Amino acid sequence: MIEVENLTIRFGAGKKPVVSNFNLAIEPGMAFGLVGESGCGKSTVLRAISGLNPNYEGQIKLDGKILDHRRERSFFRQVQMVFQDPYGSLHPRKTIRSQLKEPLRNQGISAKSTSLDDALQAVGLDPVLSYRFPHQLSGGQRQRVAIARALVLNPAILLLDEPTSALDVSVQAEILNLLQDLRTERGLTYLLVSHDLAVVSHMCSRIAIMEAGEVVEETDIENLRKGTITHPYSQRLLGASRRYGKSA
Amino acid sequence: MTIPIEQTNRSEPGGFRQWLLAPEPEGLFQSSVQQFYQGWLKFRLHPLGLVGLAVIILLILVAVAAPVLTQYDPIVQDMASRLAPPSAEHWLGTDNFGRDVFARIIYGARTTLYIIILVTVIVAPIGLLIGTCSGYFGGVVDEILMRITDIFLSFPGLVLALGFAAALGPGITNAIIAISLTAWPPIARLARAETLSLRNADFIAAVRLQGASSMAIITRHILPMCIPSVIVRVTLNMAGIIITAAGLGFLGLGAQPPWPEWGAMAATGREFMLDSPWVIAAPGIAIALVSLAFNLVGDALRDVLDPRGGE
Repeated sequence: MIEVENLTIRFGAGKKPVVSNFNLAIEPGMAFGLVGESGCGKSTVLRAISGLNPNYEGQIKLDGKILDHRRERSFFRQVQMVFQDPYGSLHPRKTIRSQLKEPLRNQGISAKSTSLDDALQAVGLDPVLSYRFPHQLSGGQRQRVAIARALVLNPAILLLDEPTSALDVSVQAEILNLLQDLRTERGLTYLLVSHDLAVVSHMCSRIAIMEAGEVVEETDIENLRKGTITHPYSQRLLGASRRYGKSA
Repeated sequence: MTIPIEQTNRSEPGGFRQWLLAPEPEGLFQSSVQQFYQGWLKFRLHPLGLVGLAVIILLILVAVAAPVLTQYDPIVQDMASRLAPPSAEHWLGTDNFGRDVFARIIYGARTTLYIIILVTVIVAPIGLLIGTCSGYFGGVVDEILMRITDIFLSFPGLVLALGFAAALGPGITNAIIAISLTAWPPIARLARAETLSLRNADFIAAVRLQGASSMAIITRHILPMCIPSVIVRVTLNMAGIIITAAGLGFLGLGAQPPWPEWGAMAATGREFMLDSPWVIAAPGIAIALVSLAFNLVGDALRDVLDPRGGE
């Protein structure tokens, strides 16, 4: 569904690339995980795919068609993104309802008021919260609103940029389960970026492990669970994650 | 420990207060009014701000109700009762043409209010638009717009206003244009700084990912975030604007006689300062009081509206 070929991203001409020769192919309905330590370029890849950063080399294809670096408006009906920090991803001075209306408005679709209520209910929020402002909601509720906003346009693909890392543990589990349910209900395709191997192994069927802007290993999730991953960096990452799990 | 019910439930059920504090507002109007009420609750904590607000409201009321408040005409001369001291008949005395000073102060409030409103209406949109465009687009657009802003910023306000009044002829409209020309750059800068801190925020990225045009992002998402600090800034600048307007009037380049204007009144009063101090004292006090009031309100508003101060 999404194919990335030879993606190279530099911040400034002639500088060392932040991401180099990145390749990725995601099948429809798949949940693909992109893992790696902080600063390895996971989010940079995601921003390039989403169209937020048009300065990349290489090709990004959607359904076999090469995308313009400046995305067309219709692209956003198919691909939406959920951000890491629910405190920063909602407009502080707009009510929940108007934030949900915004994607429809920007795409020139007329909004039915029932569809906005449905959007809230789909993510497990009571529509009575419609006219609250983001600062009157909890972190988990805000992230649900952000997910609802991404789903208002009925996209096929959801890009998830560490959607739970800013939330506390019990809320994390709720949001992850919500994302799981939505995927099975609507047949969504996910590209999940995370540094948390537990989150990725819960959500994804296939993963790519990144180090310093390059994919070092791409494998099925079973191999991660069994520990039969081959690249030394992946083993170190897995080992570190397990030790952290024990000590915590 | 149990709290008796009458203490926890202080408001009447179904009352206006409950509507104001309802946890689940039922519409955009209620939710906006609630936000306004929360702001008012914070504003109320500033006694000096309340004093300032009272003075400004008084200014507006006086300007609106001027003909009701005094029986005298501010323009018609009465040479027989020239330079009369304050009395029951003329509360603040009369000036060198025998006009009632109190009436002229009251009608002068209209002039002041007229200047304030027009300058705000001209300055705030221009400053906001230039600042947000400059900050959002960056690069060449930013360079060009900010250099233009620098040029206007480098003129001392009163001197530019003097030159302007000299070129276009004295008058209140030209004074307003001249003041506006020098008052927008600080607002543009403020809006630009505010925009720079916002343009990479996730909530703006989210809107870009909805396919919104740059103009829609600026006007619908960035502008509303800049408005609170611009309101504070404009309110604090208001004192300067009033004083510049009075200064122009004082120099004879603002409102033209016989139209009552506080600055011009102070200028005529100067000649009779020793013998008839009321002629200059009244407009002087009015100018000082209104400027102070705007500063006090501005300070209180800053505490209410400044995003860095609050939650």
